[in-house]
Amino acid sequence: MKRFTLALAQMETRLGDPAANLDKHLQIIVRARRRGADLVVFPELSLTGYMLQDLASDVAIAANGDDPVFRRLLSASRNVDLVVSFVERDSRHRHFVSAAYLSGGALVHLHRKVYLPTYGLFQDSRFFDRGEDVRAFDTRFGRLGLLICEDFWHVSPPYLLWLDGAEVLLLISASPGRGLSDDGRLESARRVDNITQAYASLFTVYVAQTNRVGFEDGLCYWGGATVLGPDGQRLAQGPDLEEALVLADIDPERIRTARLALPLLRDEQPSLVYHGLARLLGEVSR
Amino acid sequence: MNELSTSLAIDPDLARRILTGFLRSETTRAGFARGVVGLSGGLDSALTCYLAAEALGPQNVLAVRLPHAGSSPDSLEDAAEVIRQTGVRDITYSIAEAAAPLLASIPAKDRIRRGNVLARLRMIVLYDQSADFRGLVIGTGNKTELLLGYTTLFGDSACALNPLGDLYKTQVRQMGAAMGVPARILAKPPSADLWPGQTDEGELGVTYAEVDRLLYLLVDERRSPEACVEAGFKTAMVRKVIERIRRNQYKRLPPVVAKLSNRTLGYDFLYLRDWAN
Repeated sequence: MKRFTLALAQMETRLGDPAANLDKHLQIIVRARRRGADLVVFPELSLTGYMLQDLASDVAIAANGDDPVFRRLLSASRNVDLVVSFVERDSRHRHFVSAAYLSGGALVHLHRKVYLPTYGLFQDSRFFDRGEDVRAFDTRFGRLGLLICEDFWHVSPPYLLWLDGAEVLLLISASPGRGLSDDGRLESARRVDNITQAYASLFTVYVAQTNRVGFEDGLCYWGGATVLGPDGQRLAQGPDLEEALVLADIDPERIRTARLALPLLRDEQPSLVYHGLARLLGEVSR
Repeated sequence: MNELSTSLAIDPDLARRILTGFLRSETTRAGFARGVVGLSGGLDSALTCYLAAEALGPQNVLAVRLPHAGSSPDSLEDAAEVIRQTGVRDITYSIAEAAAPLLASIPAKDRIRRGNVLARLRMIVLYDQSADFRGLVIGTGNKTELLLGYTTLFGDSACALNPLGDLYKTQVRQMGAAMGVPARILAKPPSADLWPGQTDEGELGVTYAEVDRLLYLLVDERRSPEACVEAGFKTAMVRKVIERIRRNQYKRLPPVVAKLSNRTLGYDFLYLRDWAN
């Protein structure tokens, strides 16, 4: 792992307007570069907006240089690494909620959202196909992991990324705010905060979570980008309910000292999980 | 707010930020900069007016007072106080003259029908003012009213944006107090002011404080009717409220389209209002 500066963009998007959103990405990238960012992370479906419904197929793009929008982003990644998110159309006309890690003008890693929330206000499974893989990937800074929103409400994807060597979990969301109480923060914001803190503490990894802001009809996305250190400390916190660019330094030394103090990775027993799952899945199939 | 149960208590500052953001965003995305509010002198429209003034700027909000022959004079004066405090633009348009020939054919005892005519006349004026002022009509209905169907279809429920639609009346009151709605408006019994002496709680047969707690259990927490009775609500009231919610679902939906084609509005033609806005 090398030392680097990451920037979390908590931005508004225009629903179903990739061209306008692309322009905004490019502006944010320039601003982040000026502030010293080596990696800029955009929220879930940053190129399209979230509640697309029947717009999903209209705004879908292929994750390669043949697509004019994707080409511009690949080009922008020559100077700074990027995580961008969009509706991906594959060669068989399937649509995924995807996020791409771009660096040096190339696609380094593509993650397709595995867990598609379809309950309450969420309709993901109606409009999207499900990703089937979670894996960490190597970048010029070190090994990272990338998950989209509901993916990290399930404990297994972050756990797998941890075992796969990810030292920084990049978690991107389009989380509609809900659960107003007298608490001062929305319940959705509090719960995501609890979850990300838990991952940072339990896995002794950096966790960088960004969420969009703005409205889509009556849905209010709450922002609250957060960077947590491998010791569970909050290193950066974006505001709620407004656009922001949140920067934090990722320091490998901090990972080393956190794991010396709390050797959870050393003592983890993946084989215990493996045998436990084998037993449980075996029982299910019987 | 001692009368609030823990679950109904809200952070009014957070709600204020979200609702002013909502009004600003959804107005400008639709290509507008202005809003029109029908100002009755009651709490819901007063709070809506405060929110709209803060979101859009008072010069971009038109408060429309729409008295009829039987309106309480206090209502006009309370509305005037809101206009003074918020600094919004205002107009007063009496619907008495337009209502007279319509009401002439409706028996005096049929207060619901007469009330609906008045509510729909107000809607006509608001939408006409909306065209003249180039502002979106901002609705004032709250979650209690919407769930119980205590609204006039295409009347007071007609609007482009509904900032208070996810706040129970009890929560509207809490927010109104925090935003500086005049104490007189906060204290008076809620009323549609369609006939002398009319009050919401009189018509509904239950206090807002009570029904809001019940609605919260049923709707937000999805508790069973039996659990609500166990929590202390009378069986008859629980039944009545559930029936009201069910019976009034039609008021909360666009008109039903009969499906014939493969792609039908409302069923499989699905886009938000913010489509590319």
